[in-house]
Amino acid sequence: MNLLSLADLTVRHGQLTAVNALSLDLAEGSTLAVIGANGAGKTTLLRAIAGTLPPATGTITFDGHDITRTPAHRRAANGIRLVPEGRRLFASLTVEENLLAGAYRRRSGPWNVGAVVELFPWIGERRRQSARLLSGGEQQAAAIGRALMGNPRLLLLDEISLGLSPVAVQQLYQAMPNILATGTTVLLVEQDVSQALRVADRVLCLLEGRTVLTGAPAELTTAQIEKAYFGLSGSHT
Amino acid sequence: MTAAVLTVRRGGRTSVWTALGSAVVVAVLAYLPYAVATSVTGTIVTFLELLAMASMWNLLAGYAGLVSVGQQAYVGLGAYSVLQLSDWGVPPYVGVFLAAVVCALIALPTSLLAFRLRGDYFAVGTWVIAEVYHLVMTQDRALGGGSGRALTTLSGLDPVLRQAITYWVALAVCLLSVLGCDLLLRGLLGLALTAVRDDEVAARGAGVSVGWAKRVVYLVAAAGTGAAGGVILVSQLNVAPDSIFSVQFTAYMIFIVVVGGIGTLEGPVLGAIVFIVIQQLFAGAGVWYLILLGALAVVVAIRLPYGLWGTVSRRFGIRLFNVGYTVRGLDKNP
Amino acid sequence: MIWVNAIVQGLLLGGLYALFACGLSLMFGVMRIVNLAHGDIAVLAAFLAYSTISFTRVGVLGATLIVLPVFAVFGYLVQSGMLSPALKVGPLSTLLATFGLSIVIQNALQQGYSADTRALNVGSLVSASLHISGQISVAYLSLITFGLAVVVLVALQLFLSRSSTGRIMRATADDPEAATLSGANARHVYGIATAIAFATVALAGLMFAMQSSFSPSIGPTRLLFAFEAVVIGGLGSLWGTLVGGMVLGLAQTLGAQYNPAFTLLAGHIIFLAVLAFRPQGLIAARRTA
Repeated sequence: MNLLSLADLTVRHGQLTAVNALSLDLAEGSTLAVIGANGAGKTTLLRAIAGTLPPATGTITFDGHDITRTPAHRRAANGIRLVPEGRRLFASLTVEENLLAGAYRRRSGPWNVGAVVELFPWIGERRRQSARLLSGGEQQAAAIGRALMGNPRLLLLDEISLGLSPVAVQQLYQAMPNILATGTTVLLVEQDVSQALRVADRVLCLLEGRTVLTGAPAELTTAQIEKAYFGLSGSHT
Repeated sequence: MTAAVLTVRRGGRTSVWTALGSAVVVAVLAYLPYAVATSVTGTIVTFLELLAMASMWNLLAGYAGLVSVGQQAYVGLGAYSVLQLSDWGVPPYVGVFLAAVVCALIALPTSLLAFRLRGDYFAVGTWVIAEVYHLVMTQDRALGGGSGRALTTLSGLDPVLRQAITYWVALAVCLLSVLGCDLLLRGLLGLALTAVRDDEVAARGAGVSVGWAKRVVYLVAAAGTGAAGGVILVSQLNVAPDSIFSVQFTAYMIFIVVVGGIGTLEGPVLGAIVFIVIQQLFAGAGVWYLILLGALAVVVAIRLPYGLWGTVSRRFGIRLFNVGYTVRGLDKNP
Repeated sequence: MIWVNAIVQGLLLGGLYALFACGLSLMFGVMRIVNLAHGDIAVLAAFLAYSTISFTRVGVLGATLIVLPVFAVFGYLVQSGMLSPALKVGPLSTLLATFGLSIVIQNALQQGYSADTRALNVGSLVSASLHISGQISVAYLSLITFGLAVVVLVALQLFLSRSSTGRIMRATADDPEAATLSGANARHVYGIATAIAFATVALAGLMFAMQSSFSPSIGPTRLLFAFEAVVIGGLGSLWGTLVGGMVLGLAQTLGAQYNPAFTLLAGHIIFLAVLAFRPQGLIAARRTA
């Protein structure tokens, strides 16, 4: 059963049409990676699904319900959690308080502070520290933890590798299997294509708001991906 | 594709017509003391006082982003300056213009304190400062203390003549205020303020001296408001601290600017007209008209943030005062 | 000794000012709104209590128990109906909207009650005091007010730091969109903050009305005192608000002791001095405003 379905979704960002008549289906429990160059519409897509950006046309269906007009905070309570670009932890709160804030409208499930600490052990000793004092990688981990505290059915990850060192990115993606093991459906947007391919069941490549390539990582060749990413397929002007 | 010849110009047919039209209006206004009763010119004097003050508040809030709820400080200081100067032998009608200078001088150290606060806190801070000036003037026995005093040096004049001269002085002050804004904004200062209004950080990065630009505006606004306060004294012939330092003046300024259209030069003119009309219509209904004004200000602040003029101007692209540039020569057919 | 008495009175007055100020501080901290009608809300509460007592058989305590929840609801509605739309328009709009509200409240009260002063009758409590020594006596009402201020501040502090609603309120203050992504309805959170602010300032208004006479036009001065207490204490710190209130109260009573005409001026001057020499306030909180 498809947990998430987008039908003909068009989202504008000011004057620009960032997502152009996009359709996609996401099966429950699967992991979809959305890749594409800067400005391809990836972040806009996630924000539209999370509800912070209203679409111009098209529908979003979640668990069989049309949520196109549902406000963002209701979507979060119903199981869609976005880890936004730039982490955006609550600066005046401690690490633990950030996690607890994520549990404000939680669904029932395995994720709680203890489980998040198991996932990212360093949080254990630093839980009372102000979120402001964390490094980039730690902030990203805490942000993911905050989203998990709600026990989401659909986890949206927006460019978690952005601005992080390769080591930090490795550590984050090492935690991914544990997240997926709980049955969470994941839609991640990534600039780091190799990481995306490693962790995803399916890959979607966006260019100027449209899908130009889709398939399982095993089926796609590097050449195909490159062409789609940069829009060099010849038939596209 | 043919290349279009583009010119960048300031002004155009609309602004020429505006200038001509305004000149006619001003000429008619100047003639009025010869033609109509003093009750009419009296109402117009109130209108001119309000328009001068509102233009200054608009300059502060709409162009420099400084929302002050304390401009009544300069209304009071202006009025008391004229009174004090008159005690020292300066003719009141001259004193009105000197009061502008006095207020600008007082505004300089005042700004050093006031500018330590930002945004909404700046607004309330200016109010506190106004209260300080209010309380200080209440202590000045020579100028009447808490109960105020009358201006007696004009009592030798024939009343009709006095009211006519007061009228013309009010007209001059108002013209100077409105035109002053126009001229100020056409220059480099206007450009700097627009940059600050759009993006203060970027403006600073581009070398705009944000602090000085705002300070100059604050001083000019104090001067204009002070002159208006002087006109009030000359028109009423007496002054009392509680009324001349009342925050009610700022309430009027805010109403006029918000309803008329903040950040435009035409807005305060329209707003002042609306205000005077409402005031004249509801003069007998007690404080109801103030409740109406307050409610109207709330509704306009939320629903019509650009005010009456601003909404029209944006819809139809009209600007009567030309402080912006337009590009001409854009070919409509590609 | 008279001076010691003045000091004691001033410090206790700080409790009343802190009670006035905490709502203002909360609204600014959470929503970046300075409510220019803040003082007028307190006066409105006093008048509502006055009428409640006049037309029903409840006493002052009963009136208080009625007025506070009413004002909490009133605050929530004002936020949803007026302040949230204004917030969307821009920073100037909330200032203008609350200013308009202030004008409406003051003039409506004047229309309804005339400009005469009233007082809330608390019987003999108004003059009952504790005699500490020859010239030092402390009015029970002042003590009660100070005690209430401390209780309210403690409760507010606990609410913000321990409860999940308080936590999400702080989160929303930091980053409204990120809070939305965690399930917070920003409008609702702001409504609760405003409800708390209105209820606390209503309480302040009632305590004030029990000790002094009030009239429709005294709202703005209360706003200025609340504002000064917040700035003197330091933006972003609730306990700073108590300290600020006490410093302000002290300045006023000592000024009054020197010369009654200087009461208000002394307070304003202390405010300006803090502004000039320590603009971040006496107790600067670590969080950036």
